[in-house]
Amino acid sequence: MTSYVIRGANILGESTNDITIEDGVITGIGTGLTADESIDATGLVALPGLVDLHTHVREPGREDAETVLSGSRAAARGGFTCVHAMANTDPVADTAGVVEQVWRLGREGGYCDVQPVGAVTIGLGGSRLAELGAMADSAAGVRVFSDDGKCVSDAVIMRRALEYVKAFDGVIAQHAQEPRLTEGAQMNEGPLSGELGLTGWPAVAEEAIIARDVLLAEHVGSRLHVCHLSTRGSVEIIRWAKGRGIDVTAEVTPHHLLLSDDLVRSYDPIYKVNPPLRSNDDVAAVREGLADGTIDIVATDHAPHPMEDKECEWSAAAFGMLGLETALSVVQQTMVDTGLLTWAQVADKMSIKPAEIGRVRNQGRPIEVGEPANIVLIDPAATRIIDARDTASLSRNNPYAGLTLPGEIVATLLRGRPTVLGRALVEGVTV
Amino acid sequence: MTFQHLLSAGDLDRTDAIRILDTAEELLGVASRPIKKLPTLRGRTVVNLFFEDSTRTRISFEAAAKRLSADVINFSAKGSSVSKGESLKDTALTLQAMGADAVVIRHQHSGAPHRLANAKWTNGAVINAGDGTHEHPTQALLDAFTMRRHLGDIEGKNITIVGDVLHSRVARSNALLLDTLGAHVTLVAPPTLLPVGIEKWPVETSYDLDTSLEKADAVMMLRVQQERMNAAFFPSAREYSRRYGLDTPRLNRLPDHAIVMHPGPMNRGMEITADVADHVRSVIVEQVTNGVAVRMAVLYLLLGGAAGDTETTDRDSANEGRA
Repeated sequence: MTSYVIRGANILGESTNDITIEDGVITGIGTGLTADESIDATGLVALPGLVDLHTHVREPGREDAETVLSGSRAAARGGFTCVHAMANTDPVADTAGVVEQVWRLGREGGYCDVQPVGAVTIGLGGSRLAELGAMADSAAGVRVFSDDGKCVSDAVIMRRALEYVKAFDGVIAQHAQEPRLTEGAQMNEGPLSGELGLTGWPAVAEEAIIARDVLLAEHVGSRLHVCHLSTRGSVEIIRWAKGRGIDVTAEVTPHHLLLSDDLVRSYDPIYKVNPPLRSNDDVAAVREGLADGTIDIVATDHAPHPMEDKECEWSAAAFGMLGLETALSVVQQTMVDTGLLTWAQVADKMSIKPAEIGRVRNQGRPIEVGEPANIVLIDPAATRIIDARDTASLSRNNPYAGLTLPGEIVATLLRGRPTVLGRALVEGVTV
Repeated sequence: MTFQHLLSAGDLDRTDAIRILDTAEELLGVASRPIKKLPTLRGRTVVNLFFEDSTRTRISFEAAAKRLSADVINFSAKGSSVSKGESLKDTALTLQAMGADAVVIRHQHSGAPHRLANAKWTNGAVINAGDGTHEHPTQALLDAFTMRRHLGDIEGKNITIVGDVLHSRVARSNALLLDTLGAHVTLVAPPTLLPVGIEKWPVETSYDLDTSLEKADAVMMLRVQQERMNAAFFPSAREYSRRYGLDTPRLNRLPDHAIVMHPGPMNRGMEITADVADHVRSVIVEQVTNGVAVRMAVLYLLLGGAAGDTETTDRDSANEGRA
């Protein structure tokens, strides 16, 4: 295997050094190091390969929107070396067979590790637990369980799931959405939903479930993860729960860090997402929450949809937006360039913590000698105008199209092999 | 005109709104002539694109376009390719290929006319004939026109709108237009049927109909849809009717000059009693008549020419008057 030296990288934005890599492992950090090939990293920030806890790859079932391979390639372009594939495929990832298929497709693709998420309930139906233990014991080694796209709204099912996964150190990742309060919901409920005549998705529908679930997690002594929280009230509940010592973690998406509900005024479904874009005050609150550690991680909720599901009336359109290839740029713009986070903290929130929550052992490791060589090199001085067609995804539902965002991924290395090099995807990556 | 489409009553500034109302006033005369037709839009094509059943609104637009000599194509979703799953985009591209100069769209989804106008699927002028629970701007224009004929200048008048504001496109468009025209609007509804954030609207709100009647120059009753009756917005139709229905005792509390309005179709016995609906102070039938004149004015100003020359009939200038 080719050995590499990364020359002059600004590691975590803290110190400039060379990094050598051999056989997939970091073998040296220092100055004047040599290897078979060298990668010039002058002016580039080196972070551990990013880990996404919330990706939709659509395979099996909707391979027209995204496959495990195309999603992996998009992930690599975004600086990710590991993604968690959500369970709401068709068939649903609620058996060992489906999660092993997804896991195997990820390995064959070779662009990043694909860690399947198992469904909590059979068919995401919310009423009967899926065979969580079988998925945990499978080759895929599932540790994160979620009905994402749907809420585990039945309090008893949620309690049992939280309890049951303790046996194999699993975590329930809840999509917090009280179903009755959000029937037919189309956008954030507020002055604008009333004006636009679109059915509101009230903040309380998210907050009420989070409040219930942190209390359940406390009661049964379990680990809870809250997906894509989006409101000020949710941040306050998580802050309160952590203050009480409840074992809860939470994620925010890049789009909830940057975009707000006034974009819905266009009725362009490119901005339709679940949970919906919220108010500017909510955007400020999730940024504060991420900065002060209340929110543990950034997760993309990358949700590809074919063109026809977005080129239509708002109410007829699908929920979701792409995120893998723009996540780090959005975080740089909203959190780093604003002084709210250092690059070291970005590494914590986009690599180390998500791997910890997902119990992925060889990802989210520090850049140190002896650690796996999962590394992303970022050019923070670059700016790019986002072009929806410039993507490795099979879909184009990119809400940032036309915006100028900072930062560009120059290289991504997965266990010492470049998946992205010279700002471009490496073709023909083999395991 | 300062607008290319009519998507929202909020698109209209005061000058535009008054110009439409003044033009409608001139055009109303056409209806009383033996030959009810002007050649203004001869050779122009107006498509009535109706994804939702609404015979009243469709025939009103159809009559308006025909009285201006436009060619009218009625495209209803039922029995068309739309019911076979054709998308709004493909329908729009088809209409574009057929050379539609104006598309009058009624759709069950809020914002569908905005998509049609802004996604560049058609070049024609788009007129919103009611979209979901969003807006119905020509209804607001015909309501304002009817008020003006009975009450004079709308500036400073007190207009009370009663009923299901949450789901009413009529209420939204009226609130915007009447505010533009300087009226004081009071929306009366049970709290469950007022949208979140209504405090930001340019209106007052009340939960009590009786106290809202004494100073009203016009009271507009909104239709309560059948599907709201069993969705916990209010306990029962009878209770709604008792608290928010317009009956004769309540009619008697209105000032003598006040008029009673309803966008139709009415639920007699629910939001309005039969006696009130048929009362001499009810202008509900007149609203329908005025609807044709107002829609003629909108089509005329969007497609034809400027106000004040409705007598210079045989004009063929496509874009004149479009700013």
